[in-house]
Amino acid sequence: MNVAAEAIAEQSASQPAAGSENVIHAHALTKRYRNAVALDGADFRVGSGRIVGLIGPNGAGKTTALKAILGLTDFEGDLKVLGMDPRKQRPQLMREVCFIADVATLPRWIRVHEAIDFVAGVHPRFDRARCEQFLARTKLQSNQRVRELSKGMIVQLHLAIVMAIDARLLVLDEPTLGLDILYRKQFYQSLLEDYFDDNKTILITTHQVEEIEHILTDLLFIRDGKIALATSMDEMGARFAEVLVGPDQVQAARALKPIDERAAVFGKSIFLYDSANPEQLARLGEVKRPSVSDLFVAIMKGTYA
Amino acid sequence: MNAIVKSPFAWLLKREYWEERRGFLWAQVIVAGVIIVLSILGIIVAEATRARWSDHIRISDSGNLSGALQNALSHNMDGLVHALDATMLMFGMFAAIVLFFVTFFYLLGALYDDRRDRSILFWKSLPLSDTSTVISKVVSAVILAPLIAVVVVLAGYIVQQIVMSIWFAAHGLNPFPLLWAHTGPFSTWLHMLAMIPVDAVWALPTVGWLLLWSAVVRSKPFLWAVAVPIIVGVLNFWIQLLGMPHVNLRFMWGDLVGRSLLSVFPGSWMAVYANTPDIVRLADMNDVNRHVGTYGMMYHVFATPEMWIGAVVGIALIAASVWFRRWRDET
Repeated sequence: MNVAAEAIAEQSASQPAAGSENVIHAHALTKRYRNAVALDGADFRVGSGRIVGLIGPNGAGKTTALKAILGLTDFEGDLKVLGMDPRKQRPQLMREVCFIADVATLPRWIRVHEAIDFVAGVHPRFDRARCEQFLARTKLQSNQRVRELSKGMIVQLHLAIVMAIDARLLVLDEPTLGLDILYRKQFYQSLLEDYFDDNKTILITTHQVEEIEHILTDLLFIRDGKIALATSMDEMGARFAEVLVGPDQVQAARALKPIDERAAVFGKSIFLYDSANPEQLARLGEVKRPSVSDLFVAIMKGTYA
Repeated sequence: MNAIVKSPFAWLLKREYWEERRGFLWAQVIVAGVIIVLSILGIIVAEATRARWSDHIRISDSGNLSGALQNALSHNMDGLVHALDATMLMFGMFAAIVLFFVTFFYLLGALYDDRRDRSILFWKSLPLSDTSTVISKVVSAVILAPLIAVVVVLAGYIVQQIVMSIWFAAHGLNPFPLLWAHTGPFSTWLHMLAMIPVDAVWALPTVGWLLLWSAVVRSKPFLWAVAVPIIVGVLNFWIQLLGMPHVNLRFMWGDLVGRSLLSVFPGSWMAVYANTPDIVRLADMNDVNRHVGTYGMMYHVFATPEMWIGAVVGIALIAASVWFRRWRDET
């Protein structure tokens, strides 16, 4: 880990996540596979009514963390999800937790109406009328089999089912992987408009950070099995700043210890600062809030080196 | 009743039926249908032959088939009753063969197919315990599929008898006293129905063995489930050839290999009686009702150690399958 990232991790560990009630509380969460450590003492909290992006490079432990939260894998350390231990209370937990693990996990043989009948039969918090409302907006027909549907339509079906469940935590693992842009936009749009409210929490992992950036309320950067940054979007805006600096000011900009520096057009450079003095930055050039992906790149620098 | 039909477990069974409809129902319907079609073809051949030769041969004094049949039947009513019984048994036998293959492969795929296509992640996103999921698969294999098979057997027999009735009636014979007035075939059918619980408990070691491999392996559950016992059996035989200490061959092939692979064959518990002379009469259709399926013999299996030791082993294997279903981590 580079020095900047380490400093950031230290600082963020002490900050409690926003939200009054912890939906997820992980302490020293560790998962070892035979020849690799997927989670290395990760600490994080997720509050109620938040939309949290769990973001990290491949192999950083994102999927393992989600699996631990969903009770799909054993682990060491403490983890409480909605106050329950996912290892011991999985069936009860799944009444309040929903998840979509990438596209196309719906069984290919099932028919649309069978999938709905089944979930309606086994899930006490499923609202059939609501599900049918969502489906009415799509081209799905109740007698179609999943194997006859396109990827986008399968996700529409899955989303219609999940959004009709009154759950407190929704976990999305690369939910839009392999979908075309129209379906991806629609996916997040529906989630925001028809699903999300103060009592619900959404935890998302994705590679397409740009796409979810505007809907997130919180960020969790994960790297080498540890949380590298935990912040709300508001705090992130206050803490990190990006400055577009002309060639003449570069020396002065570097003196303020940026955590990242990259070239921009017309010989200018972009500097990224953590907790710098806003007045000093304003003197250097145009200050703006960094994008999540730029911040991610800065913090993850050296991961693949 | 309503509460049972609407319970999550009933939905789990329904799900298995939806997924396996082809094997559980349609395979049985097709086999029964083939038997019926073959008998219709037989009737057509009989009619065609009669038409071709009727000018040359006098079948009986009255000169027609119905006369001949009536004549024959009046002398051998017993023969007809046994033929009806045999018809029911034939439907049952074919259904049993189909049922064996269907349940065998169903169990091998039951905890494997959804891991392979990742739909396990969907099932696991629902508030269902792994125990109830696995038990729903056991119940589907040993109760649901056999019940469907037995119902199809009855339906097949009835359709067959309707075809025969039409044929009889076409020759001026009243089919009711001949084909429908005997209770024998229906009591044979009741025996098949009554056999389901016996078959179910007897099948447990195979059910557990197949489910376990289905829950454990990354690929090729069939190969593992079948190869492991057979290789062990062959090695044991080889060791015996070398004159070294080995497991008794009958125990090895019958109680270990046989019970772990073949116990899902309906009626395979009859092997318990393999050493008793009564079983010789199995092949004798005349004694079918009195010997093969008598309830006494059927339920006497519950008094044998083979039944209970097998059941305990089977339940242990099923419990292990539940554990793997719960904790198997695919990465």
